[in-house]
Amino acid sequence: MSRPRVVVLDYGSGNLRSAERALARVGADVTVTADLAAAADADGLVVPGVGAYAACMAGIGAVGAAPMIIGRVAAGRPVLGICVGMQVLYELGDEHGVRTPGIGVLPGEVRRLAAPILPHMGWNTVTPPAGSALFAGVGADTRFYFVHSYAAKPEPGDTIAEHGEPFAAAVERGSLWATQFHPEKSGDAGAQLLDNWLRSLG
Amino acid sequence: MTVAVRVIPCLDVDAGRVVKGVNFTDLRDAGDPVEMARLYDAEGADELVFLDITASSANRATTYDVVRRTAEQVFIPLTVGGGVRTADDIDRLLRAGADKVGINTAAVARPELVRECAERFGSQCVVLSVDARRTARRTAAAGVPQDLSDRRSSGPRFEVTTHGGRRGTGIDAVAWAARAAELGAGEILLNSMDADGTRDGYDLEMIEAVRAAVSVPVIASGGAGALPDFGPAVAAGADAVLAASVFHFGHLRIGDVKAALADRGLLVR
Repeated sequence: MSRPRVVVLDYGSGNLRSAERALARVGADVTVTADLAAAADADGLVVPGVGAYAACMAGIGAVGAAPMIIGRVAAGRPVLGICVGMQVLYELGDEHGVRTPGIGVLPGEVRRLAAPILPHMGWNTVTPPAGSALFAGVGADTRFYFVHSYAAKPEPGDTIAEHGEPFAAAVERGSLWATQFHPEKSGDAGAQLLDNWLRSLG
Repeated sequence: MTVAVRVIPCLDVDAGRVVKGVNFTDLRDAGDPVEMARLYDAEGADELVFLDITASSANRATTYDVVRRTAEQVFIPLTVGGGVRTADDIDRLLRAGADKVGINTAAVARPELVRECAERFGSQCVVLSVDARRTARRTAAAGVPQDLSDRRSSGPRFEVTTHGGRRGTGIDAVAWAARAAELGAGEILLNSMDADGTRDGYDLEMIEAVRAAVSVPVIASGGAGALPDFGPAVAAGADAVLAASVFHFGHLRIGDVKAALADRGLLVR
């Protein structure tokens, strides 16, 4: 069986080496690139992202990736958003009063968490929905590494975590999956998640 | 809050080699930061900090190589500090595979560096490292009548130092931490220069003072010597506890520290 071909979208955001290595560790054939044809053609596309929402959207805009991502989602082709790479999949990000339109393949807005200490930084527990494919084989009370100050409100069926308030820690909508935490920084638990995603690529 | 207290070992790295810590018989090369990082990861460390103490800029290329090799093998967050002067230094470290970068002296010299880095890379990867020490004011505060205390009684209680604690700055460490958080630092690494190396416990009053002044996470550093030292640091307001020599020399293991924290009812991974 050939290894699934995964593209990590390189639009100038942060540490991509960890995502590349973590995916390779669980068996993916990983390419880090801004090449849209390669990204469109991959078995799975990872949309990473750290930093400010507006800066990430500007980076995605600069490489012209939004239509490709929308096209993949519309065609039911797997996409995995990570951290701000999850947030930009929503319709809107609101940071410090700056309201930035997102890619809009997920309904809703990303807002600042109501918590006394931000960023939400560290290892936290999550509550996946029953039958989650993303969290298959992951034990209860398993912790994942978060670092973010903004998040989306959880919809029914989303994986929930809490920091000051409940928020969407992960979503699974058809072929569109995303995590607010960093699986590539979450040790063996994160590797299990990435392995689950690779298996879903079929 | 359901987020776990982080236990963070710190490695001093000089020209690509771990400076302290030779007590690991189960490592092929205890001087290799990558090997040490793997060991700590396996032992349950929640993050890693590399403090680059390389004096010669010519040898700093080795730091990037160490970061690169670590990021290829260790899948927990890695913070790198020491000698970071410019936003481009941070860019190189992030590209090598660091998740967060600690800035210290350069930020004291030019606080706007914090804002520039937060805007360019995001607050989540900007760690303000503060090396602070107590000042003479504490004597006055402890009961000496105000008119008998020295003129420094009106100065800061905790002072920022630079150059590994060798130079005082006169800057109030608590105010500096608050300012840096406003400028965009996403985390404060608070190192007590008085407690550092003593193994007498963290400076709890310093942690409390900074905790009260900032709403970003605080990493307590300096003074950890025994298992009972960690819980009080968290009670004082630390979100994470960092130690170096007690781990490197094998006096304490990561798992034992976590068990001690859990015994106090604190959440750990």
